[in-house]
Amino acid sequence: MARFDLFVNGKKRTIQADPSTPLLYVLRNQLGLNGPKYGCGIQQCGACMVLLDGKAQPSCMLPVESASNIHITTLEGLVPADQSLHPVQEAFVQEQAAQCGYCLNGMILSAVSLLQESPHPDHAAICAGMQRALCRCGTQARIIRAVHRAAASKD
Amino acid sequence: MITSRRNFIKTTGCLTIGFCFGVPAGRSAVAKAGGLQENPHINAWIEVLAEGRVRVLTGKMELGQGIRTAVAQVAAEELNMQMSEVDVLLAETGRTPNEGYTAGSDSIESSAMSIRYAAATARQKLLELASRKMNVPLSELNLADGKVSLQKGGSGAVTFAELLDGKQLTDEVLLTVSLKAKDKYQLVGKAIPREDIHRMVSGEPVYVQNLRFPGMLHARVVRPPSYGAKLLQVDEQAVRQNLPSLSKILVNGSFLAVMAEDEYQAIQAQQLLREHSKWSDGPPLPKVSGESLAKYLQSLPTRTQRVSGKGTMASLAGNLIWKARYSKPYIMHGSIGPSCAVAWYHESRLDVWSHSQGVYPLRESLADLLQVPAEKIHVKGVPGSGCYGHNGADDVAADAALLAMADPGRPVRVQWMREDEHAWEPYGSAMIMELEASLDTKGKISQWKYELWSDSHGARPGGEAANLLVAQYLEKPIKRQSSGFSGGAYRNAEPYYTIPNQQVDANIFKGPLRVSSLRGLGAYGNLFAIESFMDELAEKAGKDPYEFRLDHLEDERAKEVIRTLRMRVSKEELVHTGMGMAFCRYKNSGTYIAMAARVAVNKQNSSVEVQKMWAVIDAGEVINLDGIKNQIEGSMIQSASWTLQEQVRFDEKQVTSRNWDSYPIFRFSQVPEVEVTVLDRPTEQALGVGEAAQGPAAAAIANAVYRASGKRIRNLPLVTAGI
Repeated sequence: MARFDLFVNGKKRTIQADPSTPLLYVLRNQLGLNGPKYGCGIQQCGACMVLLDGKAQPSCMLPVESASNIHITTLEGLVPADQSLHPVQEAFVQEQAAQCGYCLNGMILSAVSLLQESPHPDHAAICAGMQRALCRCGTQARIIRAVHRAAASKD
Repeated sequence: MITSRRNFIKTTGCLTIGFCFGVPAGRSAVAKAGGLQENPHINAWIEVLAEGRVRVLTGKMELGQGIRTAVAQVAAEELNMQMSEVDVLLAETGRTPNEGYTAGSDSIESSAMSIRYAAATARQKLLELASRKMNVPLSELNLADGKVSLQKGGSGAVTFAELLDGKQLTDEVLLTVSLKAKDKYQLVGKAIPREDIHRMVSGEPVYVQNLRFPGMLHARVVRPPSYGAKLLQVDEQAVRQNLPSLSKILVNGSFLAVMAEDEYQAIQAQQLLREHSKWSDGPPLPKVSGESLAKYLQSLPTRTQRVSGKGTMASLAGNLIWKARYSKPYIMHGSIGPSCAVAWYHESRLDVWSHSQGVYPLRESLADLLQVPAEKIHVKGVPGSGCYGHNGADDVAADAALLAMADPGRPVRVQWMREDEHAWEPYGSAMIMELEASLDTKGKISQWKYELWSDSHGARPGGEAANLLVAQYLEKPIKRQSSGFSGGAYRNAEPYYTIPNQQVDANIFKGPLRVSSLRGLGAYGNLFAIESFMDELAEKAGKDPYEFRLDHLEDERAKEVIRTLRMRVSKEELVHTGMGMAFCRYKNSGTYIAMAARVAVNKQNSSVEVQKMWAVIDAGEVINLDGIKNQIEGSMIQSASWTLQEQVRFDEKQVTSRNWDSYPIFRFSQVPEVEVTVLDRPTEQALGVGEAAQGPAAAAIANAVYRASGKRIRNLPLVTAGI
């Protein structure tokens, strides 16, 4: 067990954990966050995505001891102070781009990361940018529309 | 309690509770549904809350299909309320009606209709109460937004809560009550957004996986290395040396589990226990796959059943025009969020939080497993990730229950790992389908013979413990009392087409892998075969696939979806691509759907790209328009993934499809464009749509592949066939 300072959703958080604990479990258990989810634990499905210095990455295999000097943003961290929604979150709601919704964490964070790098992605670029995130309900068509919508809304 | 999966909805014939012919569409389904019969009072379904709010109670679970929103819509409509004024309480034992399983595309047809009539009766009763209280005739009153007021205006509105004076409405729900006129609808039939999506995107706790309780322990189960393997020994010392603050290691026969204060500790312990335990070998699995699997399954002993028959098959041999054999592999649910449950044994009561599709049957099964009275167990349904049928949800609840009993007073959370879910969930059975048919001189089918081979499509716990995964691995394994439900295997095996002489037989085997209900049950395999074969026959008859099907249908609603589809795709330009279509009426009594697919085939590398899929759907009265579109889009994409590339693999020892690399499903680059057209029929019975597209999607794609490549693929998945 050791103490770590993490920067999560704009705040410094101090936690105690075994240094090898993947960041996913620290975020969920020590910090009580619901955004990043367990899907596979082996970086194959994207359910555990977080933004690490603005880039979407899985959190299920990153040891917490390696996460100290990184700005970590989770799904809930995208919600602005006035409790409205981030444009990407809002786009997903407008498109009703969810069925069970379990994949939304990976989808939304992947989209945020993608749009940072590529503000007007075409279909192929969206698919490439979202390739790490799995959806079993078959909501991908709506998710792609949501990403287009989010891109347009930022103009 | 609905424990069997009989085909509830038949639209012909007299009903058993006193309603006969002439009952308007909708009432017949409600009268049949177990819900109202066993829960006849308004307050079983509708509770009046303070501040002009209403709570709807449904025995169904939200699986991502949007039922939570649909039942709120139906109630809000009858009570003239805003969606925001209606709460929904999902399946919970002792609290909501017992509506059996959320399965079979039944929820709209049963639960939503029960709630519609309960809300309408509530409206009637509230108006009557207001009429008496205000001394005003009913015709002068207006009920809306949680209160009753004078139509002519003025003061003197009375809220529901004031009318009821702290009580609830206990009158019986009347099937004779006047429903709100459809031309006055504000909500039903429209694309009302789901409010739960807002909570999901912002990271609010929605899922069973997000439950947290003070003092909660984290647990993991070490599953055997193969089916039927037995635990011989465990070196607990070695494990505890590495993880000193482990709470408990539980051994009960071959059920090996660990509890820890910290989740990652539990995960590490699971791994260590696996390394420090010895297991016997289970019975070997047959070393077969693809064609050798199909041959092997057809060689197994079977129970045979004549599913249906008409006319005579005597002249088939002489007139045989075409025969074909199709097959599908084992496929898995593949829930993105592996199954999870929390259980807490305290004050002589066991509380369980589960994403099970059936909380009441689960309670009975747990009572049987633990040998405690069911009244001592309380199961609360909390959504998990999409399950698409019977996945690991009940099994993990049983794991959690056992562990909770072993550590009374502390909530225990069991989270299956990816490999646990992939390797141990019950799959959709592999099937073989054989067809023979003859055509008359006019090119119409005169004889049709269909024979299928399948394992069970229904092995839910059903109130008993024996089908729970853990049951066979305990010190004292639990004997099975009843046999499995095999009816699912021949769902949609009987063709909906008008064929004067036909015969449908089912052969049920006991195969090597664990199986149960996967979305559509046998309909996926049966419709893949039937709709592929229809295309093959159409070609023999020299007819266009649309015309051939229309020639064999009498049902105008069936013809309408096919004609509408044909119109929608008529302008498609095919450049090095092929189009295929398929039709079904789900269960031959439910939703109508016609589907098309456009594919590109690369013969060099045998790859198939599904570029676009269309569906035209008639689900009777539309409750939530967007809900229907969302479900159909999703099921087309899911079925495309099943059809193109999915098969559960195994070797002599174990299932080898243990993660997303070894069982790949569609990623974004493979997903087709989708287009859904909904034909709203407000005067027809509202039908469920969750499973209708699975089968036709497979055939539409296979038929498109044929047109694009000249190769007829009859054995799924498509991409292993080599084009």
